Amino acid sequence: MKVSLFVTCLSEMFYPHVAKDMTEVLERLNCEIEFPAGQICCGQPAFNSGYLQDAKKAAKQMIEAFEAAEYVVTPSGSCAAMFKEYPSMFEETDIIWRKKAEGLANKTYELCQFIVNVLGVEDLGASFPAKATYHTSCHMIRLLGETEAPFKLLSHVKGLELVPLPNNHDCCGFGGTFSVKMAPISEQMVDEKIKHVEETGAHVLIGSDNGCLMNIQGRITRQGKQVKVVHIAEILNHQEEGGILHANENRNGALL
Amino acid sequence: MPMKIGTEPFFERVDHSLHDDFMRQAMVSAQDSLRNRKLAATTEDESLLDWELWRNAGEEIRRHTLENLDYYLEQLSEHYAARGGHVFFASTAEEANQYIQETIQKKQAKRVVKAKSMVTEEIGLNEALEDIGCHVLESDLAEYILQIDDHDRPSHIVVPSLHKNKEQIRDAFKEKRGYSASEKPEELAAFARKDLREAFLKAEVGITGCNFAVADSGTIALVTNEGNANMVATLPDTLITVMGMERIVPSWEELDVLVTLLCRSAVGQKLTTYVTGLTPDLEADSIDSPKDYHLVIVDGGRSKALGTEFQSVLHCIRCAACVNVCPVYRHIGGQAYGSIYQGPIGAVLSPILGGYEEYGELPYASSLCAACTEACPVKIPLHELLIKHRQRYVAGGGHPKVSEKLSMKAFGMGASSPLLFKMAREVVPTMLAPFTQDDRIEQGPGPMKLWTKIRDFPAPSRTNFRKWFADHTQKMGDDL
Repeated sequence: MKVSLFVTCLSEMFYPHVAKDMTEVLERLNCEIEFPAGQICCGQPAFNSGYLQDAKKAAKQMIEAFEAAEYVVTPSGSCAAMFKEYPSMFEETDIIWRKKAEGLANKTYELCQFIVNVLGVEDLGASFPAKATYHTSCHMIRLLGETEAPFKLLSHVKGLELVPLPNNHDCCGFGGTFSVKMAPISEQMVDEKIKHVEETGAHVLIGSDNGCLMNIQGRITRQGKQVKVVHIAEILNHQEEGGILHANENRNGALL
Repeated sequence: MPMKIGTEPFFERVDHSLHDDFMRQAMVSAQDSLRNRKLAATTEDESLLDWELWRNAGEEIRRHTLENLDYYLEQLSEHYAARGGHVFFASTAEEANQYIQETIQKKQAKRVVKAKSMVTEEIGLNEALEDIGCHVLESDLAEYILQIDDHDRPSHIVVPSLHKNKEQIRDAFKEKRGYSASEKPEELAAFARKDLREAFLKAEVGITGCNFAVADSGTIALVTNEGNANMVATLPDTLITVMGMERIVPSWEELDVLVTLLCRSAVGQKLTTYVTGLTPDLEADSIDSPKDYHLVIVDGGRSKALGTEFQSVLHCIRCAACVNVCPVYRHIGGQAYGSIYQGPIGAVLSPILGGYEEYGELPYASSLCAACTEACPVKIPLHELLIKHRQRYVAGGGHPKVSEKLSMKAFGMGASSPLLFKMAREVVPTMLAPFTQDDRIEQGPGPMKLWTKIRDFPAPSRTNFRKWFADHTQKMGDDL
C-alpha cells in the first residue's frame, strides 16, 4: 500500500523523531512510504484565526503537494481534520479546487486511524513498560470522530499499564493561537489537565497530537514536574524493553 | 438591564473571574454534574434507541422552521389573535418595552410578576417597567435571588445564580428582606415561596418568556420545574408573553421532539416537572385564567442572522448543553462573557445581536475544541460559527491587530513557499539558539513571549527529517 507521509510542520520543526517513528511503524506494516517534498503546514493557524485567504494559500500548497498520493497519513488528528475542512474553504463556484480539496480530504487519515481502520492491524508488537495515561485530543475525537483507534493500539503494547485520565473530554487549552491570545484562560485549562494527569499516578502522558503535547509538556517542564510526554508514534515504534528511557530524544532531553 | 453585563474590558472581567475561587469551584462542580446528568439522559439512555436520531430530527425541525419563519410567524400570530390574544411584532428592544409599558399603563397596573425569561433580560424589560413606576418581581427562584441581591446578573442561561452559594443568598435575603433563618436551601426556598405567594395574589400583570410557540394552535409552551410560571400565567388578569422571534415550532408534534431534546440536554431530566401550554382562552368561564393576553415577538437583531452563514444560531433552544461542556466557561464562568448569553452560544449570538464593538473578543474565547458542537441537541456547528465570526472580524467587521494581520500574511507566504519553509527550518534553530537551554526556551523573543510567559517552548530541532528520510529510503533500497 502506498502511503504519503504528512508529517506536519510541528514535527518537522520540533519533533522529527515522531516523523521517524511513524515512518518506521508504517514500513513495518509493509507500506510503501513516500514523502511529498512540497508539504509545509495545513494552514490551521490562519484558518482558525479567521484569515481565510492566507489559510487558502497553505491549503493550495498542500493540495498540490499530495495530489498524486493514494493515502495521506499524518501523526495529528488536528491537521488531518484541517485537510478535511479544505473543501469548505473554496467557493462552490470554484469547482476545480473544491474537487481537488475533496480528493485530498477523502484520502487523509490520522496515523492510528489508518493503522486500525485501513490496515486492520492493532498489535504492532510494541513494548513500553510504564504506567501511562492517554490524552484524547479534541479534534481527533470530535472532528475526525476517532475515539477508539489509539486505545486499540495501546491495549496491545506490552508492559504498558494504561490508566484512564479523568475529564479527558476537556480541552488541554492549546487551541493554536488561543494559547497565546487567551493565555490566562489557556493557562487554567492546561493546569487542570496536568492536575488530572497527576491524579492518575501515571509517569507518562501519551497523546496523538503534537500541538496538545507541546502545550502540556511546556507547562509541565515550566512547573518542574516529572511526567514524561510522548507521542503515540514513539510508543508504537518502541520495540525493546526499557520504555521511557529510550522514548525520545527531544522531549526527554527537555526533562533530563 | 440589557444584554450587556458590566463595563470592564474583557480581560479585566476574565482576570476578576479567575480570582473568584468560589465561583470557579461552583462552575466546575455544576459542569461535571450537569454534563453527567445529560449523558445519562441522552447518549446513555437506551430507551431513546439512538440519541443521534433525535438530534437529527431536532436539527431538521429547527432548520425547516427557520427557513419558513415568515410563514410560521404569520400562522402563530393568526391563531393567537383568533383566540382573542393581541400580537405585537417588535423590531427592537425599545419597541418591545414601549408596547409592554403602554399595555400596563392603560390598565393603570403597578404590580408585575415575572417567570424566567432570557429575552426580557435581553431587552431590559425590568428597568423599563420600573421606569414607569411598576413593582416587578422575578418569581423563578434563581432570578428572585439575583433580583434581591442588587440585580446581580445571570451567569448561566438555565441556572442563572450558579455563581452564588447558600451563605451569600442567606446574607442577601437577610439584608434586603429581613430574613432571619439559616442558609439551609429548604429554609431559603420556603421564605421565597411565602414572599412569592403573596406577590402572585396581588399581581395585576404576569409576564412570561416562551420556550416554544406552537404555530398551528397559537400556544405558548413553557418548560419549567418550580411551577412559578404557572402562577404567573394564571393568577394575574393580564398575561404578557415575550418571545424571541425564532422560538417557534410548526405543531405539537415537533414540540414533542424539541421538549424531549430540551429537558434531557438542559438538566438531564426526561421531562421537567411542568410543561405548560398557554393558549388565549377568553371564553372560558374559569376564574383562574387571564382576561387579556399579549404576545410580544422580538426581533432584536435576530433577523441579522437570517439568510446568512449564521442562520443556524437561531436554531438554539437555550438548553445550555454547550455551556455545560465548554472548558473556557468552566474556568471563567458566565459573567466574564459580559453578556447574558454566555459560553459558546453566547460567544456566537452576542456579537450578532450586540455587535463586535461590545462583543468582539467573545468569538476568540474558545479553543475550538468543538465540545459545544458535539453537545448541541439541534446540531448547531458552534465552533464553525466562531471561526466564521473571526473571518468577519478580520475582514473588516472588527479591529484585528495590525501585527496579527502582518504575521498571518507572512504565514500565508511561508506556508505556500517550500523555499521559505526550508530557510525557516534551517535558520530558526540558530536564531533561537541564544534563548535555548536544555532543549527548551524559557523566555522567548518577540511574539513567543506570550507563550513562554506561562510555558516552555520546545527548542527547534536541528535534525532534518527530510534528509533523514532520503538517507533512510536510500539505505532501505540498498538493503534490498
